[in-house]
Amino acid sequence: MIWLILIGVAAGVLSGLLGVGGGVLFVPALVIVVGLTQHEAEATSLLAIVPVAIVGAARQDRYGNVRRRDALLIGLFSLAGAAAGVAFANALSGAVLRDAFAALMILIALQLVRRTLRSGAPEHTAGKSA
Amino acid sequence: MAVAVAESLHASELGGRTTKLIAIGTAAGLFSGLFGVGGGSVIVPLLVLWLGYGEREATATSLTAIIFIAAFAATVQGLYGNVRVLDAALVGVPAIGGVLLGTWLAQRVHVRVISLLFALVLVASAVELVLQ
Repeated sequence: MIWLILIGVAAGVLSGLLGVGGGVLFVPALVIVVGLTQHEAEATSLLAIVPVAIVGAARQDRYGNVRRRDALLIGLFSLAGAAAGVAFANALSGAVLRDAFAALMILIALQLVRRTLRSGAPEHTAGKSA
Repeated sequence: MAVAVAESLHASELGGRTTKLIAIGTAAGLFSGLFGVGGGSVIVPLLVLWLGYGEREATATSLTAIIFIAAFAATVQGLYGNVRVLDAALVGVPAIGGVLLGTWLAQRVHVRVISLLFALVLVASAVELVLQ
């Protein structure tokens, strides 16, 4: 349990520091430390992301960085995709989904390295929570 | 709010900008639902590439959108019976403290080193995940 809390803090810190974190750390932590299935870990991660995103977004909004109308539209239009994505995930086996997720982590790592090397450092903004 | 959104949709160039936002939302939703992440990896580059956002506004706007995207996807997963609420609270609540600490730290530390370290952690975790 203490590990889970530490990983939670780490995910949040990295999210605030790098603009990446959140789900991409929650999911493997829930599988490796708690022993959830890949499906349960992904579902649980999504719920955990909501309060983190609310706090981070509220902070960013105070700085005037949020384009609210666009954010709302993107959010509203995500519904169909989200339902389809969840259905697809649940149609896959845990092993396949887990391997796909591991591949995603590598891709995000590469994206992060490329961003860092290109611009000097990612923007210091409360994150996009991958 | 629905009226304001409908009005602003009418006023904008329906062919271009809104279509892009629809595409971004749908792609981010798919990504989020499939992988259990926020979808920012999809939203941020597309806001920059397609809508000319600066990276700061892109990450801030993405984070706001993710509130809704993750909430939708979590609800659908909930219908499948996959959500473990206690475990979500155990990681999510500390993460809130973490994100406040992280944004505070961002003003004070060398982000570049942490970025690269995090990339390493991701690769190591990916390997460990596959070995489960």
